[in-house]
Amino acid sequence: MYVAVKGGERAIDAAHAWLAEERRGDPAIPELTVAQIREQMALAVNRVMAEGSLYDPDLAALAIKQARGDLIEAVFLIRAYRTTLPRFGASRPVDTAAMAVDRRVSATFKDLPGGQVLGPTFDYTHRLLDFALMAESEVPPAPTAAAAAEPVPHVTGLLDRDGLIEAEPPGEDAPADLTRTPLELPADRALRLQALTRGDEGFVLSLAYSTQRGYGRTHAFVGELRIGRVAVEVELPELGFAVEIGEVELTECETVNQFKGSKTEPPQFTRGYGLVMGQSERKAISMSLVDRALRWQELGEDFTGAPAQDQEFVLSHCDNVQATGFLEHIKLPHYVDFQSELELVRRLRAEATALREAAE
Amino acid sequence: MDGANLTMPLLSVQRLTKRYGPRIGCAEVAFDLWPGEVLGIVGESGSGKSTLLSCLAGLQRPDEGAILWEGRDVLGFSEAERRRLLRGDWAYVHQNPRDGLRMGVSAGGNVGERLMAVGQRHYGAIRDTATDWLGRVEIAAERIDDRPSAFSGGMQQRLQIARNLVTGPRLVFMDEPTGGLDVSVQARLLDLLRGLVRDLGLSVVIVTHDLAVVRLLADRLMVMKSGHVVETGLTDQVLDDPQHAYTQLLVSSVLQV
Amino acid sequence: MSAPRTPSRAMPPQDRAARPGNRPDRKGTAVSDYNFAYLDEQTKRMIRRALLKALAVPGYQVPFASREMPMPYGWGTGGVQVTAACLTPGDRLKVIDQGADDTTNAVSIRRFFQRTAGVAVTERTADATVIQTRHRIPEQPLTEAQILVYQVPIPEPLRFLEPRETETRKMHELEEYGLMHVKLYEDIARHGEIATSYAYPVKVEGRYVMDPSPIPKFDNPKLADNPAIQLFGAGRESRIYAVPPYSQVVSLDFEDHPFVASKADHDCDLCGASESYLDEVITDDRGSRMFVCSDTDFCNARQAAGHRGRLSAQEVA
Repeated sequence: MYVAVKGGERAIDAAHAWLAEERRGDPAIPELTVAQIREQMALAVNRVMAEGSLYDPDLAALAIKQARGDLIEAVFLIRAYRTTLPRFGASRPVDTAAMAVDRRVSATFKDLPGGQVLGPTFDYTHRLLDFALMAESEVPPAPTAAAAAEPVPHVTGLLDRDGLIEAEPPGEDAPADLTRTPLELPADRALRLQALTRGDEGFVLSLAYSTQRGYGRTHAFVGELRIGRVAVEVELPELGFAVEIGEVELTECETVNQFKGSKTEPPQFTRGYGLVMGQSERKAISMSLVDRALRWQELGEDFTGAPAQDQEFVLSHCDNVQATGFLEHIKLPHYVDFQSELELVRRLRAEATALREAAE
Repeated sequence: MDGANLTMPLLSVQRLTKRYGPRIGCAEVAFDLWPGEVLGIVGESGSGKSTLLSCLAGLQRPDEGAILWEGRDVLGFSEAERRRLLRGDWAYVHQNPRDGLRMGVSAGGNVGERLMAVGQRHYGAIRDTATDWLGRVEIAAERIDDRPSAFSGGMQQRLQIARNLVTGPRLVFMDEPTGGLDVSVQARLLDLLRGLVRDLGLSVVIVTHDLAVVRLLADRLMVMKSGHVVETGLTDQVLDDPQHAYTQLLVSSVLQV
Repeated sequence: MSAPRTPSRAMPPQDRAARPGNRPDRKGTAVSDYNFAYLDEQTKRMIRRALLKALAVPGYQVPFASREMPMPYGWGTGGVQVTAACLTPGDRLKVIDQGADDTTNAVSIRRFFQRTAGVAVTERTADATVIQTRHRIPEQPLTEAQILVYQVPIPEPLRFLEPRETETRKMHELEEYGLMHVKLYEDIARHGEIATSYAYPVKVEGRYVMDPSPIPKFDNPKLADNPAIQLFGAGRESRIYAVPPYSQVVSLDFEDHPFVASKADHDCDLCGASESYLDEVITDDRGSRMFVCSDTDFCNARQAAGHRGRLSAQEVA
């Protein structure tokens, strides 16, 4: 009876203990190590880093282990941890033109300076379950080639030289930080890109897909997709120059989009941009399509009512930590509100019945 | 009619110009509107009459010119002042009633909204006023709790008119109020409008391509072509003795029909 | 990628407020390597600035840079951040959800602050200096020495009339609240009364229309002229707002359909109170039910003082 509501504290403890047991699974099976997750579940680790907005493969792997493989839960753990980290400063912008590329493909040119580099991609694998992986096995070494000595130029840079693509609009000197200042709408492009890069991969993917199907169509080509490592540098005021403090792996996608031109501008191509931490190719491409769709206003295009064009819609709903929290909160007790509704419905029904009886 | 000042026009429009890139929406339009006067703006589609109206009503910002409301330039108004004007002294009747009504709100709520926006807080009084206005636009009182989506096109338009006139605006903008309605429904609506304008002493700027509408409603006419005003004058004068070739064409094409 | 790292780097930062000697405990009895009340001092200052602004402009929603907290959005992250920014080591905290101290989410949040701030906690309304609440205002009148922190899911009272933030901010700015009354009008036209039973909109100090969070409308009168500071935190929506002590808070209504703070037409079956908000509890599958105070502290205190309700005998037995 009423006492059953009591005992929340004990119930929580028991639930946590049970959860820990479930997380471990059958103790007869060896426990996963964080290093195993980091090395062998690297794409999951990358997604958690990207959406968690924290570049730390070990912590992301730990979060995945703790979250029993629920990646949104792992993102959430990383975000909550990130809140407690002190901020020492900002790095210089990373230079993706100087990226040591593992993969670099262009859909717009057959060949180009720096060449097409397939890299470790699923693209041309046949999606057949490889039952050999059910057993432990050695992987034969992949063939190697000497790394390119020269930096690989951006494809859009090649188009830019001929004026065929819009000049990159100059942005604010220091972009606002989504995690340090409240998002106010309308948001500029730098803020939109920040929101998209930490946005839910599934949500951004679906929005991008919707633009391809005609809801805010942007006629995108992948001008270039590159994955590799870039140096992170910080200025040290005491030294007067920048010092490299490490490397991060990034995925960058630049789309080249049709633009009819306007009365004042001759036709030229326009850009969509995606940059995601880690190897997160699907996300980077999706992001660049959505970025382009959101730019309709500055490019003088029509708002067709497509969800991907509506920045308030996109930015308010792309964050999976916000979404999952709010969605799941409806399982919390609401009996006070429900009681209020119950009384209202009873009263209204009683009044309606009285009215009907009076009428008869 | 309070505040009517017979020495100063209610609305004075000066050199109003709106461009869309290199294309002209309307150019150098100027006129005065006096209290109680109905001004008709006619022209074919693309003549700039709708652009002009939306600039006047503050829905678009003109590139040049001035719009003086009782001597004050509306273009210099703050957003707050502009919105206050739009829910108080001004009203706007859209061609498509869906643009001017809340389709998910009952007829009574639609008429009552402007009353509540200006601070009325007595449900019974709001409802009585709404009922009265539904009657004046010939909508049966028992439809007060129905949503406009259950109404015919003509009823929706009459509801939109009631919703706009309930707070006693002094200036009403109308954009093709009879457009999109059947001919018989049009006639009834026109009749109703003429009665309301006369009874309430409204000042009206009405845009239409239909000369029959202005013949019935407007005191004065402004004929527009390619964004420019080509002829102005008293309605009967312009329609019976058009001076500009374009007006002559417009009038003759109507007469032939 | 990055070199193997030492475990110590993965630990939360030490802060001056963290007490030395405590190590993180995986069982979670003391996680004092986090700063006092979890948030770093910079973040707390940012929140306090927002709180001051909110108190200066009663009912106005102040945007703040909401942080990701270790509990989900929608589960009180806004309230938790506000509480964290208000707490001092000498505070005594009470946390309630649905009026009760031992509902699971209240337990969870109370534990969070026990762990991260080490503050004293209490279930007694009178003893608390800070009370974080979800969906209720305690029955016992509050004092000037207390802060009531509300968890808010959707801070915007106009949200379900107008989904766009850009538009609703403008409506507040211009005091365009006609639409809010249209909704109330529609309620009366359809149901004969205003069919909003919780999160009932109020106007604060004659200016801003405010969502009082999903408290039952029974609690609305307690918002007004309250000696305590009332703070509202919406984490997911990054908004803070406030009702300063002794503020005018008016529930929206019509002159001829005045606001009525209603509750179930019963007395509490445990303590006999007739003036408190009641939960309905279904006691079997044949339609039997009992009504008990939703404010557990209020009910317990009355029972301790000897008050009895219809079913008290059963309870005792």
